[in-house]
Order: sequence, then C-alpha cells, then structure tokens
Amino acid sequence: MSSGNEMEINVENRDDSVLVTPIGDVDLARSPSLRSRLGKILGESPTRLVVDLSQVPYMDSSGVATLVEALQQCRARNCTLFLAGMQDRVRSVFEIARLDTVFTITADTNSALDA
Amino acid sequence: MEILSQAGLLAPVRAMLTSFSERSGFDDIETGHLALAVDEALANVIRHGYDSRPDGRIWISAYLIEEPHRRIRIEIEDEGRQTDPDQIVSRDLEEIRPGGLGVHIMREVTDTCEFERRKPGGMRLILEKTPRGEHENPSDQNHAGTPENGHK
Repeated sequence: MSSGNEMEINVENRDDSVLVTPIGDVDLARSPSLRSRLGKILGESPTRLVVDLSQVPYMDSSGVATLVEALQQCRARNCTLFLAGMQDRVRSVFEIARLDTVFTITADTNSALDA
Repeated sequence: MEILSQAGLLAPVRAMLTSFSERSGFDDIETGHLALAVDEALANVIRHGYDSRPDGRIWISAYLIEEPHRRIRIEIEDEGRQTDPDQIVSRDLEEIRPGGLGVHIMREVTDTCEFERRKPGGMRLILEKTPRGEHENPSDQNHAGTPENGHK
C-alpha cells in the first residue's frame, strides 16, 4: 500500500510492451509520482506503453498533463501509448479537455495489448 | 473551512464537497464535475497564488441556495498573488501540450466561474453549479455580477 502523496503503481513487462497500472486518485499531490515512474519506463524505450486506468476513480488536469507529456515522449521515441479501462468520470475530463480523440483509448488492457 | 496551500489536502476537500453535493441532490456526474472544478481552483491557488509554498491560507465556503432555483455556490479565497481577473483565460485547446487546462475545465463544468481581487489581498473565486433540470430559465445560465456578501 502507498500512502500520502506517493502513488501505488504496478508495472508489468510483457514482451516489448509495458503495462502500467496506477491505483487511486491522480491529482496535484500524486501526479508527480506517476510522471516520474512513466519517465523512467519510457527511458527504457518500450515499443508499446499501456496505462491501465481502471483503478483510477479520479483525475484532474495535472494527471491529464502527465499523460500528455507521456504521449509526447512516446511520439519522440517511436513508442505507442494506449490508455485503457478509463472510468466514466476520468473519461469526462479528457472529453472536456478535448483530448479524447488525441489519445488512443481502449476499453480494456487486452484490447490495447492485442492491438 | 480553512486549509493550507498543500496538495495533499485536496483529497479531503474533494471528499467533503462530494458528500455536500450528493446530499444536495446532485447526481454522480455533476458531483464529480463540482469536485473537479474546486480541485482545479485550489491547485491554481497553490501553484500560482502561493508559488507552491505550503503555508498559504485558503478559505473554502459552500452554500446551498434555493432561490430562485437550487444551486451550489462555492467561494474560494486566498491571500496569494493577485491577478487581473480579465487575464485569467483558457488557453487554445488545439495546442496539444501539458498544462494550462484548469481554467478551461472550471468554466466548462460550472455555470458561474468568476474571479475577483480580494481586499486587502489575494483572490476570490465564485463557482456556482445548478443541478440538471433546475434552471429557472435554460437560457439564463450565466449569473452575471458579483456575489452578495449577505449570503455569508
């Protein structure tokens, strides 16, 4: 379990893909730990990064900014980024920010890993 | 409610507002949007008003107003850096880059989002949100003007 501002994040390597599963709210307090973790993972040059958001009930604009930054890093490194399993509340933030068509969003992680 | 300008305090504020909103008859999506707007507002105060200093004071007041139609009003006040309210605008969303989405989100998910300079210092933000179906006049969703201090 994590506590305070440190986010619990599970990371699983699957062939040349990396599955990242943050757990809990992603807000101003906790987005830095997600940003740091994604930066380290992208430094290892995976060809596919899947962020499983099924266990994220809430995300604010700092969380969205973290994922936009990850998307930009992926594009620069020829890595494909998928956002999987978004809950409705989180999806609505992407829609409000008009980013739902910028990211590749899948219903679940299997769809992303099989794509 | 008074809090310090610390990001770790956003979650308990969200929890309190979520409970207040649900008890006031807002549905799940509206409640989520209200909590999001307040969260974005507080994040802006912490980052820009207090430059991420952890000892700034922020006051949050929540009111359920029944007339002329039911709505929630949230007032957020601080003693941080003042900004010209006319300069607080959304950025161009066509530009895909991290950051700068908070004001757009606040304006998008509330009916009223008004910034004021506070005397003697700091800023005041008034947010109002009406439950779906409660608007007295659907075309009258922009409640212009400054808040009546008498509500406090």
